[in-house]
Amino acid sequence: MAKQYETVIGLEVHVELATKTKIFCGCSTAFGGEPNTHTCPVCTGMPGSLPVLNKKVLEYAVAVGLATNCTISRYCKFDRKNYFYPDNPQNYQISQLYLPICQNGRVEIETEKGKKFIGIHEIHMEEDAGKLIHDEWDDCSLVDYNRSGVPLIEIVSEPDMRSADEVIAYLEKLRMIIQYLGASDCKLQEGSMRADVNLSVRKTGEEGFGTRTEMKNLNSFRAIARAIEGERERQIELLEEGKKVIQETRRWDDAGGESYPMRSKEDARDYRYFPDPDLVPIVIDDVFLEKIRKKQPEFREDKMRRYKEEFDIPAYDIEIITGSKHMADVFEATVALGSHPKKVSNWLMGETLRLLKEKGLDPEDVSFSPENLAKLISLTDTKAVSGSVAKEVFEIMFARDIDPEKYVEGHGLKTVNDEGTLRRTVEEVIAGNPQSVEDYRKGKEKAIGFLVGQTMKAMKGKADPGMVNKLLKELL
Amino acid sequence: MELLGMTAVELAAAIRKKEVTVLEAAKAVLSQIEEKEDMYHCYVTVDKEGALAQAAAVQKKIDEGFESPLAGVPVAIKDNMCTEGLLTTCSSKILGNFVPTYSSEAVLNLKRAGAVILGKTNMDEFAMGSTTETSAFGATKNPWNTKHVPGGSSGGSAAAVAAKECFYALGSDTGGSIRQPASFCGVVGLKPTYGTVSRYGLIAYGSSLDQIGPLCKDVTDCATIMEVISSYDPKDSTSVKRADTDFTSALKDDVKGMRIGLPKDYFGQGLDPEVKSAVQKAAKVLKEKGALVEEFDLGLLEYAIPTYYTIASAEASSNLERFDGIKYGYRTESYEGLHNMYKKSRSEGFGPEVKRRIMLGSFVLSSGYYDAYYLKALKAKALIKKAFDEAFARYDVILGPVAPTTAPGLGESLSDPIKMYLGDIYTISINLAGLPGLSMPCGLDTRGLPIGLQLIGDCFQEKKLIQTAYAYEKVRGPFGGREEKVHGKAI
Repeated sequence: MAKQYETVIGLEVHVELATKTKIFCGCSTAFGGEPNTHTCPVCTGMPGSLPVLNKKVLEYAVAVGLATNCTISRYCKFDRKNYFYPDNPQNYQISQLYLPICQNGRVEIETEKGKKFIGIHEIHMEEDAGKLIHDEWDDCSLVDYNRSGVPLIEIVSEPDMRSADEVIAYLEKLRMIIQYLGASDCKLQEGSMRADVNLSVRKTGEEGFGTRTEMKNLNSFRAIARAIEGERERQIELLEEGKKVIQETRRWDDAGGESYPMRSKEDARDYRYFPDPDLVPIVIDDVFLEKIRKKQPEFREDKMRRYKEEFDIPAYDIEIITGSKHMADVFEATVALGSHPKKVSNWLMGETLRLLKEKGLDPEDVSFSPENLAKLISLTDTKAVSGSVAKEVFEIMFARDIDPEKYVEGHGLKTVNDEGTLRRTVEEVIAGNPQSVEDYRKGKEKAIGFLVGQTMKAMKGKADPGMVNKLLKELL
Repeated sequence: MELLGMTAVELAAAIRKKEVTVLEAAKAVLSQIEEKEDMYHCYVTVDKEGALAQAAAVQKKIDEGFESPLAGVPVAIKDNMCTEGLLTTCSSKILGNFVPTYSSEAVLNLKRAGAVILGKTNMDEFAMGSTTETSAFGATKNPWNTKHVPGGSSGGSAAAVAAKECFYALGSDTGGSIRQPASFCGVVGLKPTYGTVSRYGLIAYGSSLDQIGPLCKDVTDCATIMEVISSYDPKDSTSVKRADTDFTSALKDDVKGMRIGLPKDYFGQGLDPEVKSAVQKAAKVLKEKGALVEEFDLGLLEYAIPTYYTIASAEASSNLERFDGIKYGYRTESYEGLHNMYKKSRSEGFGPEVKRRIMLGSFVLSSGYYDAYYLKALKAKALIKKAFDEAFARYDVILGPVAPTTAPGLGESLSDPIKMYLGDIYTISINLAGLPGLSMPCGLDTRGLPIGLQLIGDCFQEKKLIQTAYAYEKVRGPFGGREEKVHGKAI
């Protein structure tokens, strides 16, 4: 029965921009900080204070607009959205309604069903609100304005998505573009990227749209997928029972696996939008636009294409490495220092991913420098350290970005190439393992492996296995 | 010369010449305040201790060689400009306990120039009104006749200058709030071109119309104060970078060839005959001095009032949302839940005129009415600006009355708000078009109340206004608070 229905989804995505200061004042946007310490008369709505636009916000918004094929408005304005709530110190939010900065864009997504364009209705700039803390102990509410005035862009899609897969692909695409621009880290869990899902259902083949609901509080891709499935089922059930879907905002409870209404849009508040008279209209000229255009980075698709041509590494490696702008930057910089691409890729795909997973980190958190990775690779290339020592050093480098050359030197980890020392150790191993020696001499070739291992162990890994092998054969 | 009778520029000169100390000047004006305040009620807050401390500090600076044309001169500030550590109420109960953590840019400019701030002057609540009677702290009386209003909303500032309770004052003008009280109190007032004086720290009424300007004893003071308070301020996005703020260079007794237009609409129905004749006489004086004076049709006057009250109220309804009892200001004593607290705090904290304009503004911005009212008002505003642009292609200065009448009696206006709104007819277009407007006394009516003359200039043409006003003042002679002999009244 559910097969007869098609899901229609549009997204409103809020992205917190990575500016150092707030959108309308010079206060820090840094996370944390004691309550109300990153504040001033402007972001606490003091009487007489006035907003001044942070130009960096405009640059980021335009860059995202260009990357998503939007038309950039050459003349745009800020509007006031009026509503009373204590997290909003002026009781109006400065946003854009009438003339948003970017309009009519689209991005291409790819799912198992193939490629598809998702339209972008508009992107606008706005300010974030403060944070209310309900102190149940004292039965009062407190407000922290550290977040008040943190810059956001809201990316409003067209209702072009038809499944959770498409929604996730679209969000991944946006995240990739914005991360490549350095405009935001786009972390759903931390709230620097937030998605509200507008969803309706209609009978397959119908042209018109059904009544939609808006779902909020979606903190992970998993929650988004579950909420879409849940809301689709809820709406179909209502329609099948002959009931109507009510246009409303619903809050998703991921633990309970269901949503409940927040407020009805029928008695929707009238926000009394009007142009903010404290801010002058923004006129975007060719020079500004060209400056932003020139600064646009190589985005993921182009990078993947180039890697395929330039570097002899597997397609899978390319996909993983370009999945993070930071990872790709580390890769390219290390290769530029002379390391072999395949070897760099091996370190990133192997040990780096393993350690990231183990420590619950993102690729963006990789903190070792390309210089140090190149040095480590060079140490292994010249056989100055053994593979096991290299892994050991890498783990420390991953945590603290140490100089591997100095570390190896300082900790005496260099492979011992001095034949005298090695010969003495091999002799000791032969003397200490008569049984294996016997086995080998009887023709059990494998026994030499054990003896190599014992020698390496005695050398604490600092020996060249090839040389150990050679010496063993010679002495046996 | 009697100390209190001096203009600000005269007093500054006397201080420079060490004929009088800053402390003597401050003490003299503070004792005048003490003596006259009960009668006129110009101030919401008098900062006696602060003023004496500033006076001592400024004197020390001057002794060490500090020079500024107004150094050491005591000044009064309208109570809608933030002053760090000093109560700033907007004459409203809702800000009755509000002490700002910072000072407005205009006040900082004065402080940098060595001003001594006496206190904060009374006004119509949130600058909404034309009589200073909507103040939550009682009306200010007109020093020329205490049965009359001083005008508004900068009535406290205008009255304080007229009553010698300060040497000059700052006011703000959204629809005539400097020029009209200046006219009613017989002092000089200037509303500068929008963007000339920073609005940072001015508690907004109609943000797109508000400008800070001086109220003072003569045109020389006016030009001098303007040089001190004008500045480009990066904290105010609407602030303009101007290179032509050497206003005192326009203090020239010469109007030969100055093209002055008299809009016929400004002399039509509703204008008091005594006001009309005094203003026309002033135009004649200028003509005799060589100005080219002629009448012309400006037009669109009937759209000014509805346009103004739509735009100003719309902006005010949003600007005043922050006064909610949460962060600062008045909070109701008992309430149940958040929304009840909002409602009660605001119902108890705002006066009737403010509530009327919040309701009007909320209405014109509400969905379904936005296009019909607010957008239409913006279009009318653009047409009004265009009409002025055309006029200024032909004239250097537009001359007319400030208000249809002289100061009304106390209590006459509030009973009929529409009538009060109509009193703004000659001043509000100037704000809608962002133009500079100067108000100066040009006579007395038969009841002995001052009549005001208004000079309007194109954007950034304050100097033409100052030059014209200065030339007229030379013929007219001393006026107002500083020379009782002229009008035979002791203030």
